[in-house]
Amino acid sequence: MFKGKKELSLGFYGPPNAGKTSIANRICKDWTGEELGNVSKIPHETREIQFKEKVEIEYKGKKLSLKIVDTPGIATKIDYEDFLKYKMNKKDAQKRAKEATQGIVEAIKWLDDMDAVIVVLDVTKNPYSQVNITIIGNLVARKIPVLIVGNKIDLKKADLKKVEAAFPEYEVVGISARFGKNMEEFYESLFRLAKKV
Amino acid sequence: MGKKNKIRGLTIQFITYTEVETLKSGERIKKLLDIILGNKIIILQGKLKSEEEARLIEDTMAMVGHVKNFKGIELAVITPDSENLSLMAKFRHGLARALGAQESITIIGPASIVREIKRDPRKIEILMNK
Repeated sequence: MFKGKKELSLGFYGPPNAGKTSIANRICKDWTGEELGNVSKIPHETREIQFKEKVEIEYKGKKLSLKIVDTPGIATKIDYEDFLKYKMNKKDAQKRAKEATQGIVEAIKWLDDMDAVIVVLDVTKNPYSQVNITIIGNLVARKIPVLIVGNKIDLKKADLKKVEAAFPEYEVVGISARFGKNMEEFYESLFRLAKKV
Repeated sequence: MGKKNKIRGLTIQFITYTEVETLKSGERIKKLLDIILGNKIIILQGKLKSEEEARLIEDTMAMVGHVKNFKGIELAVITPDSENLSLMAKFRHGLARALGAQESITIIGPASIVREIKRDPRKIEILMNK
């Protein structure tokens, strides 16, 4: 594991509002006592790369040292008018849109610095989106190990099987970051992911 | 429906694989974005490499906010399901793949016109903005 490397850079990638920061927060809270970033119902809440170093995970006698890298959600379009629906004024919406576009560019640039990546998908959404395929395709092209996390399994519309069917070549683990559901299975998958680095 | 929201006409531009085959990645993406900025929907024979798709997203994001009324793109790639092909078709499929993934079709449109491209393994739906 790690081939002599001390700390594993673990990226959280995915479309906006899938719950990347919620999962990163849960891991950081579980093992350091501190959260990483703010979460919001409004898309593109994370517009800058945020990371926490030296997150030491000890699970069933195994240890992992992580640099958790939470990235802005990747999208192919940004319309400031979408933010107005959340009672945001025009100026703030335009600012948010501008920062979101810059965040997407940053997130893509950071791909090269990742040792392993967790692709976070919302299990209530259609997984066959080109953004999801583009993210995973880029990880494969860079030979970066991938774990797919289907988040929001607590919701009524959740369909984890659809995510599994969309990406049959990858391990998919379903969790609810909000309620901490199925985190044991997640940590086991995380250790398997780390072994592939 | 307001007057300004009416679609007065829609141009779909078909680009063959050979048209972009010899272009460098940057040139290929520029060609596609130039067409999209002309408010046209592109049907491209073949598909971009994953790295080119990422670059397309980066270049698109660099333009949002700088080009008037440009909100980004909608993008989808359809590739035939190789598991359901006959042995002969698989051979041809493999050959096509060796020639550069020409068996795929890529659809790209400006987000101001194309609201969503719903992609399922077996069908594709292009939903337009009002």
